[in-house]
Amino acid sequence: MCGIVGIYLKNEDLYPELGGFLAAMLVEMSDRGPDSAGIALYRDPVPDSSCKLTLHAAGEYDWDALRTEMASRLKSDVKLDVLASHAVVIASAQVASVQDWLRTQHPELRIMSAGSAIEIYKEKGPPREFVRQFRLHELNGSHALGHTRMATESAVTTEHSHPFSTGMDLCLVHNGSLSNHNRLRRTLRDEGVDIQTDNDSEVAAGYLMWRLREGDSLEDALNRALKDLDGFYTFAIGTKDGFAVLRDPIACKPAVMAETDEWVAMSSEFRAIAQLPGAANATIWEPAPATVYTWGH
Amino acid sequence: MAAFDLNTDSVRVLNQHLHDSPSGTLSVTNPGGRHCIACGIDAPVEVSIDGHVGYYCAGMNKQAKITIAGNAGPGVAENIMSGSVRVKGNASQYAGASGRGGALIIEGDASTRCGISMKGVDIVVAGSVGHMSAFLAQKGRLVICGDAGDFLGDSIYEATIYVRGNVGELGADCIEKEMTADHVQGLKQLLAATGVAANVNDFRRYGSARKLYNFNIDHADDY
Repeated sequence: MCGIVGIYLKNEDLYPELGGFLAAMLVEMSDRGPDSAGIALYRDPVPDSSCKLTLHAAGEYDWDALRTEMASRLKSDVKLDVLASHAVVIASAQVASVQDWLRTQHPELRIMSAGSAIEIYKEKGPPREFVRQFRLHELNGSHALGHTRMATESAVTTEHSHPFSTGMDLCLVHNGSLSNHNRLRRTLRDEGVDIQTDNDSEVAAGYLMWRLREGDSLEDALNRALKDLDGFYTFAIGTKDGFAVLRDPIACKPAVMAETDEWVAMSSEFRAIAQLPGAANATIWEPAPATVYTWGH
Repeated sequence: MAAFDLNTDSVRVLNQHLHDSPSGTLSVTNPGGRHCIACGIDAPVEVSIDGHVGYYCAGMNKQAKITIAGNAGPGVAENIMSGSVRVKGNASQYAGASGRGGALIIEGDASTRCGISMKGVDIVVAGSVGHMSAFLAQKGRLVICGDAGDFLGDSIYEATIYVRGNVGELGADCIEKEMTADHVQGLKQLLAATGVAANVNDFRRYGSARKLYNFNIDHADDY
């Protein structure tokens, strides 16, 4: 069992409240996922000439030194904001060169997300603690996904927590379990996809990354996933402009969606959506099995 | 009339009241999608819930008449024994699962596996149902005024299914059967009793071909 939440704001006036909405939904899903929590947040897109990355360091870290080193080695302007164990870096450089440099020069850092708008934060521990630690109520944005994890299949660590990055400005959260992830992981590694843990959801994320790299649209990739991924799942996929939802054909894993004039939301259970203003009068429905749903600006 | 506001009263307090000293009518406000609201009642009370409920609402109900003015999460009226449960909105998966008696009325649509393993309950859905409804259904009636998803009545025993709209692929051992005068009469009474408006002549009946669940001695040599 795990909890998934997603919120997409139609009304820009609500952007400053995004973090507060997400926090309330995430805490409500604590029973479904007490082991770890994580979010992907989309805000303040940087121009094409720049890139934004979220980095994670285990334990104390000298972020100031990293910023100085990056600026001089990459010959770029670097802005770095620390939030708990994570830092968001904005650099006026090509994203691939920044990623390559970080991987070779700072293997101790984990790249949580890369793109122009996405930021990913995740940590083990109960959702309420996560919300406090990452000061979720202060975070603004246009849309976000969240996940509360009850680990059933691999270890409880920050690395095993969701969301998983699936490429530029893309991420995936998952409620369920995949049964063919070991074979699929081998296939993906042969295709050159970097998979770091033994977690099944990371394989789903890697699968999407591979398909998108091969030129599939997100919708094509998800429709192909219906054939290639065996197991039970509800996926929510964050994109730069919105989010997508997919349930497996059996659809045992729950999902509910709601829409008002102000927002679109999805969750594992209605009680998370009930935290949002106007939820009582929202249009509410269950996403159909094996059907791709997408929202975007 | 007793009133519970679930923004201030816990579900546990509500359910304890319903188990200990229920009488007359009772209203529940601000359900907020919480789980297990009004479960395990065994008294002739009327409970009205104003809003959307979470998992397992009205589970194991005996005697009580429960109305949900909203949508219901998974497993509404699971294992209902008697009385009635009415959902004014939509119901999520496995509504009325393994119900033994009484009636479950869903005024909107029901999701997948509606009436799974039902054992005597009458379920009337004014809208449509998702796939694998009446899976392993043993006894009782599932009435679908809209359409039914794929694999309807898979591995069905002796329950009866009535569908007014379209049916996807039928489940294993589920076949269309003749609507006899008795079936028409029984369905007419059920629709009237549950207050669902539909022309009884528009329905088709489905049930078990009885080829799957009995071991057939003539096939002993096949194994």
